[in-house]
Order: sequence, then structure tokens, then C-alpha cells
Amino acid sequence: MSKPPPNADLTPLPDYRQVLQPSPFHTRLVEHCPLQNWMSWNGYQTPRVCDVLASEYFAIRSTCSVMDLTPMEKYRIAGPDALKFLNRLVTRDVGDLKAGRVTYVVWCNDEGKVLDDGTLFHLRAGEYRLCAQHHQLDWLLLSSIGMDVSIQAETHQVAALSVQGPTSYALLTAAGVVGLDQLKPFGILHTRLRVFDLMISRTGFTGDLGYELWVEPAAALSLWDALFAPAQQGLFDVRVIGLSALEMARIEAGFIVPGDDFNTAETTVRADHDRSPFELGLDWLVNFDKPHFTGKRALLRERARPVMRRLVKLRVSGNKPPMDSFLYDAEHGRRIGTVKSQSWSPILKSNVCLADVGYSNGLVPSQIWAEIYYQKELEWRATWAECFMSEKPFWAHPRRLKTPPRNF
Amino acid sequence: MTKTGFVGASKSVLVVGGGHNGLVCASYLARAGYRVDILEARSAMGGGAASSDFAEGYRVSGLAHILHSLSPQVRSDLQLDAAGLETGDSIDTIALDKAGQHITLGIDTLAGGDLSADDIEAYGRFKREFIGYAKALEPLMMNKPPRLKDMDRRDKLTLAKLGWQLRFGLGKDSMREFLRIGGINIYDVLNEVFDSPLLKGAIALDAVMGQHMGPRTPNTVLTYLHRLWGETHSRPSLPSGGMGSIAKALERAAANAGVSMRTAAKVQRILVVDGAAVGVELESGEQLHADIVISNADAKTTFLKLVDSSEFDAMFVHRVNSIRANGDVAKVHLALDGLPKIVGLSVEQLSQRLIIAPNMRYVEHAFNHSKYAEFSENPLLEITIPSIADSSLAPPGHHVMSISASFAPYALKLGWETQRDAFMQRVIAVIEQYAPGFGAQIIAREILTPVDIETQYHLSGGHWHHGEMAIDQLFMLRPVYGAAQYDTPIEGLYLCGAAAHPGGGLTGLPGRNAAQRVMRATEWRP
Amino acid sequence: MKKHDVIVIGAGHNGLTNAAFLAKAGLDVVVLEKNSYVGGATASLELHEGWIYSNCSYVCSLFRPEIYQALDLGRHGLEVVPLQGSVSMMQNGDHFGSYHQPEIRRREMMRHSKRDADAAIRFDADLMKWCRLIRAFLLRTPPDPASFKIRDAMEFAYLLKRFHSLSESQLYEFIRFFTMSIAEYLEQYFESDIVLAHFSGGSIIGTGLGVYSPGTAYVLLHHAMGDIDGNVGSWGFARGGMGSVSKAIASSLRSYGGEVRTEAEVATINVAGGRANGVMLASGEQISAKVVVSNLDAKRTFLQVMKPADVPDKLLHRARNFKMRGSSGKVNIALDGMPDFPGLPSGSPLTLGHMHFTDSLERLERAYDDWKDCRWSADPYVDMVIPTQYDPSMAPPGKHMMSIFVQYCPVEVEGGWTDAERDAFGASVIDQISDYSPNFKDLLLHTEIRTPRELEAEVGLTEGNIFQGELTLDQLMFNRPFPGYAQYRGPVKNMYMCSSSNHPGGGVMGAPGANSAREILRDLGRKDTTPEDFEDD
Repeated sequence: MSKPPPNADLTPLPDYRQVLQPSPFHTRLVEHCPLQNWMSWNGYQTPRVCDVLASEYFAIRSTCSVMDLTPMEKYRIAGPDALKFLNRLVTRDVGDLKAGRVTYVVWCNDEGKVLDDGTLFHLRAGEYRLCAQHHQLDWLLLSSIGMDVSIQAETHQVAALSVQGPTSYALLTAAGVVGLDQLKPFGILHTRLRVFDLMISRTGFTGDLGYELWVEPAAALSLWDALFAPAQQGLFDVRVIGLSALEMARIEAGFIVPGDDFNTAETTVRADHDRSPFELGLDWLVNFDKPHFTGKRALLRERARPVMRRLVKLRVSGNKPPMDSFLYDAEHGRRIGTVKSQSWSPILKSNVCLADVGYSNGLVPSQIWAEIYYQKELEWRATWAECFMSEKPFWAHPRRLKTPPRNF
Repeated sequence: MTKTGFVGASKSVLVVGGGHNGLVCASYLARAGYRVDILEARSAMGGGAASSDFAEGYRVSGLAHILHSLSPQVRSDLQLDAAGLETGDSIDTIALDKAGQHITLGIDTLAGGDLSADDIEAYGRFKREFIGYAKALEPLMMNKPPRLKDMDRRDKLTLAKLGWQLRFGLGKDSMREFLRIGGINIYDVLNEVFDSPLLKGAIALDAVMGQHMGPRTPNTVLTYLHRLWGETHSRPSLPSGGMGSIAKALERAAANAGVSMRTAAKVQRILVVDGAAVGVELESGEQLHADIVISNADAKTTFLKLVDSSEFDAMFVHRVNSIRANGDVAKVHLALDGLPKIVGLSVEQLSQRLIIAPNMRYVEHAFNHSKYAEFSENPLLEITIPSIADSSLAPPGHHVMSISASFAPYALKLGWETQRDAFMQRVIAVIEQYAPGFGAQIIAREILTPVDIETQYHLSGGHWHHGEMAIDQLFMLRPVYGAAQYDTPIEGLYLCGAAAHPGGGLTGLPGRNAAQRVMRATEWRP
Repeated sequence: MKKHDVIVIGAGHNGLTNAAFLAKAGLDVVVLEKNSYVGGATASLELHEGWIYSNCSYVCSLFRPEIYQALDLGRHGLEVVPLQGSVSMMQNGDHFGSYHQPEIRRREMMRHSKRDADAAIRFDADLMKWCRLIRAFLLRTPPDPASFKIRDAMEFAYLLKRFHSLSESQLYEFIRFFTMSIAEYLEQYFESDIVLAHFSGGSIIGTGLGVYSPGTAYVLLHHAMGDIDGNVGSWGFARGGMGSVSKAIASSLRSYGGEVRTEAEVATINVAGGRANGVMLASGEQISAKVVVSNLDAKRTFLQVMKPADVPDKLLHRARNFKMRGSSGKVNIALDGMPDFPGLPSGSPLTLGHMHFTDSLERLERAYDDWKDCRWSADPYVDMVIPTQYDPSMAPPGKHMMSIFVQYCPVEVEGGWTDAERDAFGASVIDQISDYSPNFKDLLLHTEIRTPRELEAEVGLTEGNIFQGELTLDQLMFNRPFPGYAQYRGPVKNMYMCSSSNHPGGGVMGAPGANSAREILRDLGRKDTTPEDFEDD
């Protein structure tokens, strides 16, 4: 009577001693990670820092960085009702997303609280890939009741690299990729490199020029070697980077990470610890003039109320890191929020952060100060730093949008 | 899209499904000045209460075969008596005993058998106590279930009345007792009170019939209370002309109220524009528009079939999809060449409601099978011979027997296609034990399994009550939260069937309460 | 004759806890125990020469850390080591391991269903919501819904406030959780048979219900809301067996000046003028006290040690009908070595935790059907642990002790329990395990089999019910043990109850003992020594 569920993974038993799963790029990653400073990203063995954090960061900002993107959760969505399913899932209208295009989406539960965000790839007509930060198979299947759509988890069936930085275009072209010059931001290119099929999307998480490369796991090492061939000839500075460098770049670019910058609805236990798209400053992703989507009724109700809180971008004066800092409204002397993610921005020479801030009666606090605790030679001190709200990303270089990109 | 209603005119209403609750709801609204159309898929109104021929010259009620629980409020509001409602004489329940020591169970009296004086005394006390609990629930049954947050004035009033009824209606001791046993099983309660196995079996049958529950299943005190609550208002009876006459009376009342009715008009889908119901599309492709659409169908049919599930939030659909609504009762109709000869039972007694549930262990064992998707080897039976009261149902001298038999699970492991006869054989074999020679009297027979009920009555899972009457599917959780106050996430779409509070049975209350909800929500007065 | 302030009848963990808090408040307390050892069902005894075992309760999870801290049990010798994971063996040779390590746990779950691995996140968060809610009630006295006293009204207001912290949909979901069966509740999350079976087992342990019986989802909390060092839902072994828990509490009690007398069986509670004033021992000795507290279960308290004349008729009726049908058996085994489980990865940590051998809901439900008909389950649900893997002090070097909890085993079998019937029951359990462990039977040195009959005779658990009263809605919260008697006060003045028959019920939790002490101290006008619960926020 035991039937294997349709989504059972028939791979052999995991070795219980191997806590972190190697990605298809693992053997090459090891060569580039003298620090052996690993961490878990969705259960994969992922470098935190490969060699020198500062160099990795500047590879993103001034030359070219390569990062293993395989651990990102990926789902293949197809079938007659695929588009209907997706439009019911996400808050923005994806009805006009053409084949060969990518878009950024968030999705909510019935209460209009965000479950996760990600990028939606319209691979080919009627066939989609949804990349998510967290494990979403349960929610996707649950959302598909009554619809003719197939949903397959394909995280381990697709190997991916993120190639980001001003010279990424030049590097890929030198590596033999043809046709990148016409690829616009959020576009998809299906091509071949050497002997394998390669999909390239002009997407990224750094706020700079960059691409994401997608292949079958069997072609993973060939792809890696093709990318590093020009570098080995001394033509390009290419660096493998870990998640710490990415973290700095993504905060500068103002990208949020579910689970870090806000608690995802699915894992929220306490009332009001989850967040709506409005509270995350993602109003622009919510479209009420489209077919029904999960959370729409709740969000319509929320829209009618004053804004209670918002995830904002703050530049923090001084040089003390506002880690886990409380924020105060200087005008009323009230505590209004906390810092979520923060980083020193080497390119801006400033502290930048994403912070959850309470709006009293829907009003933006006029003056925000952060209470920062820091230590010098094991002595702890407290200081105050004025914060400046930024509507735009802290860093967004125009070169990221140019087509064809500049060939450095 | 334009709606047919315009300012100053009465609101137009489409009711999907002409079962008794649909008729009741429509009648209330029409009497209040709404323009109401009922669309019924079958060839006659009345749904499960309608009568039909199962063999030439033999006629029975399709699903429900005993009238009980009809709300007196509905009866008088809709002037059903004027519309020709004849409930017939009330009947008692006779629990059959193989040795002929049958017990007759009245409202609070017991007779027959070899009952002890203790049991007879205890029965009166027990029934009075339980009827008291059932009455205490009255405020809850006669109103929309209160929400647990953002209550409106009516919700608060309902809760206040309920609290008052529990504390002062029942008194301190009874209230404590009610709160103690309200959530548990009938098995433990009956063992505390009675000795006679037959008596306990008979009461247990009332608690589990129509549900996927055995006497030991917690919740069965509540299902029993639900049944008793109905009986406090109207005693069980076999109406002359069969249950079909009830359907006819309701239909006449609806017509009197100005409701227009269409049969053979199967609704294919409910039209939704911008999150609001605007009408329906029939199987024929014809589209009808209205200000308000009310579904008498069960929750799964309404939310997963009639309306595109993508019109709802994902978790809501998941909840609807998880509703436990698989039926466990089969209906067996037998044409007999004469009255059966049940040992120790007079012809007079044959016209009563006869049940076979000799003890609680028997009932529990019958239920055990259904847990594993098998039908009961020794099923529970509720038997009526309606042709005794109404000779028109069968040729002269002949009779029809209408049997509800449990447990006959919807999702039978071996599939009903091949098992229908096998189960009917079991039913007949059980009766044979009480009426030797019974099998030879059968001229024609028919069985309606839950799968047949699903197909013929457009009722997902073929469940009597449109969904298990378990606490997690009752009151403000019926059919699911988010649609438990008769309104639904779709603006202008309402529920009025047994899927809604207070659930199944011929009370007519889901229809009545839904109509009141519609009137309040649309804030329109004629 | 010396007059004590308080007599506590029964040195089970709740009696000792109760006494310790009273002694801490400066009262002169004596605990009277009929056995020669303390602990009752929370004791470490010798199973076989050189083998120590926990006689009844065998793992520690629910014990309230607040009580641990307030009675300073660490200093009194208690060590609780977290237990690592659990496993369910499958009939097809496979298994489902719930590893301690989160990444491995997830990958193992994905092996059985990728969807279930994701759904587990939703399930964990939802379960945590209900844990947070219920845990806040553990160290509180339930209010009486029929009362108009200010204190009850305030307590209700407190409960309402707790509930109000939930959103509307969470309120509905909580009602559903509280009233649904574990099988149907889990089916809203999981799809694979083995995952469903693995997670439902905890909900039937100790109950007279099956996995499809409404109300069992809630019982899961009784096994999931404990915590070890803040890890909610994790289990632990007490070093030296569960007796270490009682010994530590007894030691704490003595440090506050309290006294424990073993082999002092109480025959009756003396009542004069509507007030309890002492007890008479089975030996005939009279001991007087201002207050008498019974740690016996509700049946023993009201039907045995209290004289019928002192108990109102209605209460006698309630006590007679109090449901405490035993449904579990125990098998304790001294092993010559560690059994092999070839179905598990070699060297796997899965043997360190709970081991089960039931792989479908249907098998679990059929086990229950046997119990309903007064038979022990032919294919029982087994919860097996081998604590000597952590605690070598409990067996000679290289040897092991195995503790097996068996669900279901009835209070009465048809024809009555005989020694032969008991042995047949034990043999079927051993057979089930040896199906998965070929060398298991060769390692058996000594086997002790206990049905509810033995549990009642040896430990004093009436009908062998491990919770001293079934955990069904009619016997929970303000209904436990009886409506109107849920606030630890007995039918006569100066008489109290502190056993697991009282709110919040069974499990080695200590909460009934502590709650009862709070009420006693309140009535005596003493300073409250019992702890408040650690707030979660």
C-alpha cells in the first residue's frame, strides 16, 4: 500500500556524515577557496569567503566575479494552466512576460504577507522557471489545486553560475559566447558553448552589469573551465566569490533577502512578525488590475489603511557598523525600528543598511538616529549616528543597463 | 458587464440548486421582495427530498426517507402548511432484537424488551438532560456563526445569548456537564448511563449515522445533540405521499412567494468578474445575470467546480479541498411482495422507524471497515416501509422498503462498480436474521452508493450532510473559515446548503439563515 | 504526637515537587510513600544484576525548566542529556530517519517526498504557534467557567488575551488543531505514508484513541511542547535513569527541611468537622497535619484513601466514571550487546533516538482496533530507546539496556490477564523488533514485560494509565479531573490534589505539583515559592 509520492527523490541514501551537499562545481570551487570557509546555502556547501573578502567585493565592482548559483531553489512550471497558475501566485501581472524574458516577483499568503521573492524566467513559450530564495515546493503545489500545471523542483538538475561585474560581458565574449551584444537586461539567450547547451540571462543581484549562466549538471565543469580559460591566459581578472561579498553588493544595490530583512510568512509564529509587500516597499510589484492573486483581498484592505511600517534603505553616518541597532525617531524620542542587514560600502565609504521602521499614523519619520554598540579592544561603547533615508539604491551603475554593454 | 438590477428595482437573485435549502432560501428572499430564480439540474425540485420510481410501480423518496428536524420557524414563516405540508403521524424508533425483545424509543420513554427499571428511569433523565443541552445551542443554530475577531453586533449578541443559555438556561451543574461531554464520544457517555446493550446500540446509531464516525469517535456526543436538537422541534414522521410531498409543499410555497423555478437547468459555472459574482452559465451555454448568486451546492462543488479555483486565495482552496465530505451511507430500496415478518413485531410497529444496531460493539465494528475503505460486513440499518402509510407507493398488497445502510464508504477500496451487489446482499442478509424468509419476498431492488448519490445529486463525495459534522467543520468552521457566515470571498456569492451552518438534515435553517444574511449584507429593503 | 504542617501522599515526581515548594516556603512537610523507593513511576530500579532502568517513564522532555531552576535540581544531581533524533523502520527494508542535524534531516525527508520536506517548514511553524499558546497555561490554575469569582474572571481575561494575540485565521486553525485527529491534521501537510506514520505515533502514546480519533492532534503537544535547553520538542535522557529526576527533587526537598518516609502506605485521610487533619497509615499509625495533599490519581484519592462519607455523592460518581483506561505496555530488556539494524546506514546516529517500526497510518489504526476489542495489538506501535548508548552507568561495560514502550495493551483481555498471555504479548513485541535486527534475540539476557496489570500493581497507576487519566476534552483544563474540582482543592477543607490527574495532566512535567503548591500557599497566606513560566517573547 506504500506508494512513493510523485515528488519523491529516488537518489540513494545521503551519507549522514556529509552534512553539506556538494554542488556540481564543487571540485573547481575547492581549488579557488584556499580559506575553506564554507557555509550552508539551502544545504549546499557554499563558500562564505574564498580568499580575501575585499578582493572578492572589488571583483564585483571593478572587474568580474563568478559565484556558484546552483543552491538557489529552482522550479520548472509548465502545462496548459502555467500562466494562470503564476498570475494567481504572484502579486504583479506576469501575463505580458514574453518568452525569453525574466522578471522579479514576490508572492504572498492569503493574509497578504510575503512568503518569498524570486525571479521568474519565461524560458520558452508556456514554460517557466521560478527561482526562489526558500523552499517553495509545498506552497507551489498547494497553489496548483484545480489547475492543469506541472511543477517540478529542479534545483539539483540545473547548475548555475553568476558572472557579475563590469568586465563580465567581455569575459563571456572572450570565452566564446556569441550573441550577448544584443541581450538586454532581463533577457534570456539560449546558445551553445563548446559542446553543451547554455542558457544565459542578463540578471543578477549586484546592481551592476552581470549574467547568470544555466547548464545541465554534466556540463558544469566544462562551463567553469570555459569561463576561466581567458583568465588563465592572463587576459582577465576573474575571481570566485563567496556569499559575504555578495551580501555587501546586494545591500548597496538595495536588494532584499527574505529571511534576513523580514521574516517570511511561512515561518512566522508571532502575530505581526510577517510583512506585506507594502511594508517591504514593494508597492510597485502589486498590481490590483490583473486576475485574482493570493492575498489580493487582504492587500486591498491594507492599502486602505495608513502605512504602519516600512523596510527602508538607510545611509548611516559615521563609521561604526550599525549591526542590530535600534532606531529612534529623534523628533518624538520613540524607538521606531531595528536595522536588518547592514554593510560598510567600500565604494561609497559609508555604512548602508536596510531597516524596518515604524510609521506613526502613516507619516515618514523625519529624523532617524541609530543607537550603535561597538567595541574597541574589548571595551563596549555606545554611540548615536544620524541616518538618511534613501529612496534609490545606494549603488546602481548606469553601465548595467547599456546594450550592447561596454567591452572593457 | 451590466447587471439586470438597477437603482430602485428589486435585486435579482439566482439560486443554484433546488434542494430543500435552496427552496427555503429562495422563498424567504422572494417574500422580502427579491426577484428570485432557482436553477435545478434534475428534472424535479427538492433534491434529496424528492421521490422517484426505482422499479415500475414502486416509488420511494430518493435520499431522505424520514421527515424530522424541520424548523417550526421556517414552517410558519413560509406558511408551509398552507402550501400543503402534511407531516403525517410521528413515528417512534424501534431497535430490533434478534430474539424479538425489541425496544421502542420515544422522546423520553422506553418500552418493550427486557429493560431494567434503572434503564427506563435513566433514559428519561438522559433525554431530558440532552434535550436541555440541545436547546441551549438554539441561539447558535438560528443565527450566522459568530466570527472570532472583528465581531459585528449580531455576533456579540449571539455569543451573549449562548453564554446566557449555558449558564442560566442550563444552570451551573448542567453547564459543567455540557462542557465536560460536549467534545467527547457517545460510547463513554452511554456506558456511564445505561446497561442495555441494545439501547446503547440504538442511541449510538443516531450519533453516527451519516457520519464517518463510530461510537468511540470523539465528536459523537455533538452529532447526537445535533440530531436531538432537530427532534425537539419536529418529531420524526413519515409524511403521506412520501418525502416527495415535502418537496412539493416547499416548491408550492416558493411559487406562492413568487420564486420562479427552472428544472433541467444545470449550472456549469458561476460567472465572476473582478472578484464579484454576476451570474451563471448553464450547461447549454446560456448565461443568466443577477445581482446575487446563492449556491445550494456543497462547498467543493461551489468553490472548486462552479467557480474557477483561481478566483480564491491558495490556502482557502486548500481548506476547501481538505473538507472531509465522503459519504458513508448507501440507500437501498426494495420492492416486496408483502410485509416482512419480523419476529415479535406487529404490523403497527412495522410502520415505525426500525433500526438494526444490536450493541455498540456492533456499531464500532461496522465502522472499523469503513476506516479501511471497506463496506461493513454487518451494516447498521435504518429501515422504513413508507408504503404502509401511503399505499400509492406500491401496487396493492405489495410494499416498498427504504433502507439507509452504513457503512458504505465513498472511496471503496475495491470500487463500487463491482461491489454494489455484494453490499446489498449483506444488507439483505442482516435483515434476514430478524425476518426469516425475507430474501424471498424481494421483487426488485436498487442501491444508491455514495458514488451514485454524488452523480445523481451533484454532491461531491455523496455525503448526506455535505461534509462531516465534526467540530473542525462546524459552526464558524463550516464549511471552512472564510466562508462560514454564508458569504464567500466572492462578492455577491453566498452559500445556503447543508455545507453551511448549521449543517445537514431537513431543518431548512441553512437556507433561512443564508437568506437573512443576504438581506442584511445587501442592505436593501423592498 | 508531632503535628506536621503538610502531609503529601505519594512520592512520585509531582508529590515531591509539591512538597519541595511547600518546604521552600518554610512549611514542615512530610511525604509518605508506600514503596521502599521514591519516584513512583519516575524511578530507577535494578532490572537485572548490574542493569539499572527507568521503571515507567523513560525519557524526559516536558519537565518544566522553570521548576528545574526554582528547585536548583542541577545542583541536586540531575543531568538531562538531549536525545538525538528518531527513526521509523519500514516493511520494505527502507527507513525514515529524523536526524538531529537539520540539513541531513531535510535531505532524508526529501528522499521520501520533496514536498513533505518543504511542508515540514509550514508544519513546524504552525505547531510552534500552538505550543506557545498551550505552554503558557501549564503553570497556571485553570479558571472555572461556571464561577463568578473575580479571580476566575481575571484568569479568563488572561486566557482571552493570550488567544487575542492570534490572528483570526490562527484562532480558527487552533480550534481545528485542538479538535482534529492527528492523521487528518497531518494529512493537510504531508503526503508520504512513512512521514505521516512517523509523526503521528506521538499522538497515541498513552491514550485510548487511534490516529484517526478526533482530539489526538492535541495530544501531540503533550509530546512536542517540552524543551531541552530551549530546543522545543526535543527529548532527553536523565543520566542514571528517570529516577534521577525524583532523587534530585527529593534532595532539593530535604535541603529545605522536608522529609520523605518510604514504606509508609496511607490507608485513609482523616477528616473531622469537614477538615482534613491527618492520615492513618496501613500500619495503623496516625499522623496529623494541618494540610493533606494527595498525589494519588483521582480514583485512588476519592475512592480509596478518602472515606466515602467525606466525599459528596456526585464526586464519587465522577470518580467512578473517571476515564483512565490503560492502553500501554512496557518491555524492558537487559542486552548482552548492541543490536544490529542492517536497514540503517552503518554507524548511523539513528539508534541514539526513538526507534519505531510502524510505517503506515493504517497499521497504527489497526493496532487501536485490537485495543478497542480488549486485545493487545497484534502489530503494535513501539517506541524503543537504548539509553545506555549515552549513559554507560546503567549497564555493565559493553552491555546495553533497552526500554520499549508498547501501544496498545488493554487493561483487561478477554478471559483476564495471565502470565502466559503477558509473555505472549512481550514475545510479539520482541518478534517485531527482531524482524529488523537479526541478532536481537541472541542478545536478550533478561526481559521484563509489563501490561497495565503490572503497572497498576507495582507503581500504583490505576488501570495502568500513564497519564493518571486520559487526555480527552472531558478531562482537560477546567474539566481535569472533574468540573468544579480543577483548582487542586479537594471536597473537604485543607485537602488538596497534586497528581497528574489534575491540570495540565500527565508526563514528567512537575506542573500539577507546582500549581497545587501555589494554591496551598495562597490559602495559607504564605509567600508563593513556585515559579512563573518563562515568557517566550
